[in-house]
Amino acid sequence: MPDPIKVINDKCVGCTLCVKVCPFGAIEMADKKAVIDLTKCTLCGACVKECKFEAIVMAEKENKKPVSDFSMYKDVWVFAEQKKGSVQSIAYELLGKGRELADKLGVDLCAVLLGDNVKAQTEELIHRGADKVYLVESPKLKAYQDDPYTKVLTELIRKHKPEIVLCGATVIGRSLISRVAVTLRAGLTADCTGLDIDEKEKILLQTRPAFGGNIMATIITPDSRPQMSTVRHKVFKEAEPDTSRKGEVIEESFPDDTYSSRSRLVDIVEEIEETVNLAEADIIVSGGRGLGGPENFEMLKELALTLNGAVGASRAAVDADWIPYSHQVGQTGKTVCPKLYIACGISGQIQHLIGMKSSDVIVAINKDPEAPIFSVATYGIVGDLFKIIPQLTKHFKETLGK
Amino acid sequence: MDYLLTEEQKMIKDLCRQIAEEKIKPVAAEYDEKNEFPWDIVKVMAESDIMGIYIPEEYGGMGGGVMDLAIATEELSWGCGGISLAFAASGLGTFPIILFGNEEQKKKYLPRIASGTIAAFALTEAEAGSDAGGIKTTAVKDGDHYILNGTKQWITNGGEAEVYSVVAMTDRKKGARGASAFIVEKDMPGVSFGKKEDKLGIRGSATREVIFTDCRVPKENLLGREGLGFIVAMKTFDHSRPGVAAQAVGIAQRALDEAVKYAHERRQFGTTISSFQGVQFMLADMAIQTEAARAIVYSAARMIDSGAKDIAKVSAMCKTFASDTAMKVTTDAVQVFGGYGYMKEYPAEKLMRDAKITQIYEGTNQIQRGVIASALIKESLAK
Amino acid sequence: MKIIVLIKQVPDSTDVKIDPVTNTLKREGVASIINPFDMYAIEEAIRIRERFGEGEVVALTMGPPQAEEALREAISMGCDRGILVSDRKFAGSDTWATSYTLSQAIRKIDDFSVVFCGKQASDGDTAQVGPGVSMHLDIPQVTYVKKIDKIDKGSATVERMTEEGFDIIETPLPAVFTVVKEINEPRLPSLKGKMRAKKAEIRKMSADELSCEEDKIGLDGSPTRVSKVFSPPPRGGGRVLEGEPEEVSRELTGLLKDIVIG
Repeated sequence: MPDPIKVINDKCVGCTLCVKVCPFGAIEMADKKAVIDLTKCTLCGACVKECKFEAIVMAEKENKKPVSDFSMYKDVWVFAEQKKGSVQSIAYELLGKGRELADKLGVDLCAVLLGDNVKAQTEELIHRGADKVYLVESPKLKAYQDDPYTKVLTELIRKHKPEIVLCGATVIGRSLISRVAVTLRAGLTADCTGLDIDEKEKILLQTRPAFGGNIMATIITPDSRPQMSTVRHKVFKEAEPDTSRKGEVIEESFPDDTYSSRSRLVDIVEEIEETVNLAEADIIVSGGRGLGGPENFEMLKELALTLNGAVGASRAAVDADWIPYSHQVGQTGKTVCPKLYIACGISGQIQHLIGMKSSDVIVAINKDPEAPIFSVATYGIVGDLFKIIPQLTKHFKETLGK
Repeated sequence: MDYLLTEEQKMIKDLCRQIAEEKIKPVAAEYDEKNEFPWDIVKVMAESDIMGIYIPEEYGGMGGGVMDLAIATEELSWGCGGISLAFAASGLGTFPIILFGNEEQKKKYLPRIASGTIAAFALTEAEAGSDAGGIKTTAVKDGDHYILNGTKQWITNGGEAEVYSVVAMTDRKKGARGASAFIVEKDMPGVSFGKKEDKLGIRGSATREVIFTDCRVPKENLLGREGLGFIVAMKTFDHSRPGVAAQAVGIAQRALDEAVKYAHERRQFGTTISSFQGVQFMLADMAIQTEAARAIVYSAARMIDSGAKDIAKVSAMCKTFASDTAMKVTTDAVQVFGGYGYMKEYPAEKLMRDAKITQIYEGTNQIQRGVIASALIKESLAK
Repeated sequence: MKIIVLIKQVPDSTDVKIDPVTNTLKREGVASIINPFDMYAIEEAIRIRERFGEGEVVALTMGPPQAEEALREAISMGCDRGILVSDRKFAGSDTWATSYTLSQAIRKIDDFSVVFCGKQASDGDTAQVGPGVSMHLDIPQVTYVKKIDKIDKGSATVERMTEEGFDIIETPLPAVFTVVKEINEPRLPSLKGKMRAKKAEIRKMSADELSCEEDKIGLDGSPTRVSKVFSPPPRGGGRVLEGEPEEVSRELTGLLKDIVIG
């Protein structure tokens, strides 16, 4: 097998551009020529594009398949996740983006709804932009289960051949969609933050953060259909309902064994949390090590309450047991993207930044002017948070008339 | 500096540092504040095979020697000089059994200790500190048992340990030669515990009175033979002093690390204080002293492990030098931290408090110097 | 009971620093660790073996030769042996090809009851490989497992964490379980484990040995392609507010007023 990527030494001038651009640190200079460490290289191709001298080449795919004819694949699908019979907001977010994609391609936007007695929900899906709703109802689809959902969605895709399938990166979405993609041998890109259509090739451009969000990668699925993506909650804006919209509901049913499940859902337990769901909150006030102790979270709670927001925390504060894990924002906690994120006494470790840096407005309050959090802050205040936060609460109360 | 540690010693060092970093460091301030015994850390250490490092393999340990014990104590003490005592003082209580125990005693107690049962050494009394000959606790033979009466003071791991190596007088007329050592279990009738001490430092360790009231100890639990108690104590200390010294090195290293980090963060006059020569020289001296202390501790530990006979002098030397160094380096660390160094919110003051005890216990540094001097004179006369 | 744990070697993200000048990651000296979520998988597997008092925990990874270190670490925690699936032919695998390759390796290990893995890897964050493996093997899965209520050789009852609470699921075995951090607290390695790990023989498996179909592995087996890699636009535009607490608070309140009311 030839090297999947190689440097043509005659063409390499030793400019080191490729070394700098490699997101995986896989290129080094030796004797003024670039050398690629294949154990680190992921064949992402960043260096190939960067090289001005065409000195890096990637092997073409072997036994290149004849260009497949994808003309029978049409339409953009959105998996409309439902729980206890009601469609989750992630579906409306996907419909918003899905509408854009469908319009660019000149195809229909379709929602797929699986459940039991959920027909009433189809109207809202249409109002939110769906041209068609594929509806499959069975008592066995009442709540999500891996086997029947995988089989039904797979069969629907096989039958109707959408070119794009979007799904929420939720617990259900992530459990389901990878299995569907594996069965269909389809490409699946997780946690996309940007979706667009390449107007010329008519293919889906899926952009996602790679390696902790410090580089972005655009992923394509050139040789298989459908092109599948998951999107995290709150990444795209919900489609506004338009009650005048009309659409078609297509009911499908399958043989009984399609609905069968090897595992059995014994019970669904809800644990009520007192705080606002972090992922849903428009405003988050977060605290870190700089708070010094659990008692000082009260101060943040007051500010959060004033702003109708939720309280978040850095891993340092959670690890110190100052606040439960459910409040943790960051790589090992929750990813959030509120309209306003106020970071108090958080230094801004990379793993925290990953979880909150796409917030619309970020305010950082920290006594250390060198804290990395300031590099992502829209507004930064260097100072004593114990003096600033009570003042801030006071001023907001006045402004909001509370 | 490269001390040419064996593969196993490197593993001990890495693992103990990992425990110190991940498990001990985050809770050290809390234990210091609450003055509680760190059972959760003991559990971690036992599961990681740390508690049996110095116990022979045939009794369920790792078969390491004084050097291995020193490496482990140093790294654990880097995390917290108090919490590390749960391990180190258990070693102190176990050495009498390793050094003087018979096969039955070793089989009975060592595997338990290797798997996490805590041991303690009970020698000190109110009127017998550095002068071990002044012990008042008595052990009177009564058939198959010895009856112990008396109160031991400032016993590290007291009340938490299940196995105690106790020195008591079997024949008071003979003075130091009338002392004997016994293995006493916590739940033997007549064992009770007095007040918990509220200490300046090493507050993550338990220090407590151990009281014997007509305590019946089976005669099989006598260590060695009657009259050997003082020898048991001295030989135990010879083996354990490098451990105290290693505790001091760990505390000093942590103080150095914290001081360097802080000096690099703290800004005054528009620059970090690490750019000031006054601070630089302090840091350099702290580093030199800490490294020198480590070197003498490792050398002494290796010499003891080699089976060398006259180890009292080097053992005393390493304990004295390392503990004096720890006191100096931690005091300097507080100085580098300036006003913040004096505050409990910052780590420096605790290190200074923890360091102090190492100059005092297991023989004050004044006693150690006496030991060293008498060894010198003895050597000179022998020439 | 035989249990397989899938692990991945990833860069230690707590160790990663950003170069303030170029706004790119500093990679030099970044340590490699076991994906933090996989540590919970390892711990749970070992606990089950301990509870049964018999059985075997096999750690399995796919990666470059140096991923052997991750397997040794798994053994030092208590896994019985390690298998490294490594071949230059696997380069460029996406999650489809990775889950295929891992499932081929798992097929070589007979009579296993559970395949454990972390809910996702900290470097890619896709959460696709666990479910993908279960599909390739055609066995049930439970994702986001936070507790194992009951397990015997043929079946298990587990709790799957959801956004609102948890689901209780009963499943026949063998099955794939992806776990969350709520499930346990991973142990540290032990000294005896470290010594065993140092001497342990790591079994290496190549593409040929796994009887992989060539068009399902590596770049050829991966439906997705990276078409472009670029640095995110710097956030920039950050403004530092200066002054006394009273002043800056007033100024900030003014700046945020619309968002807060909106």
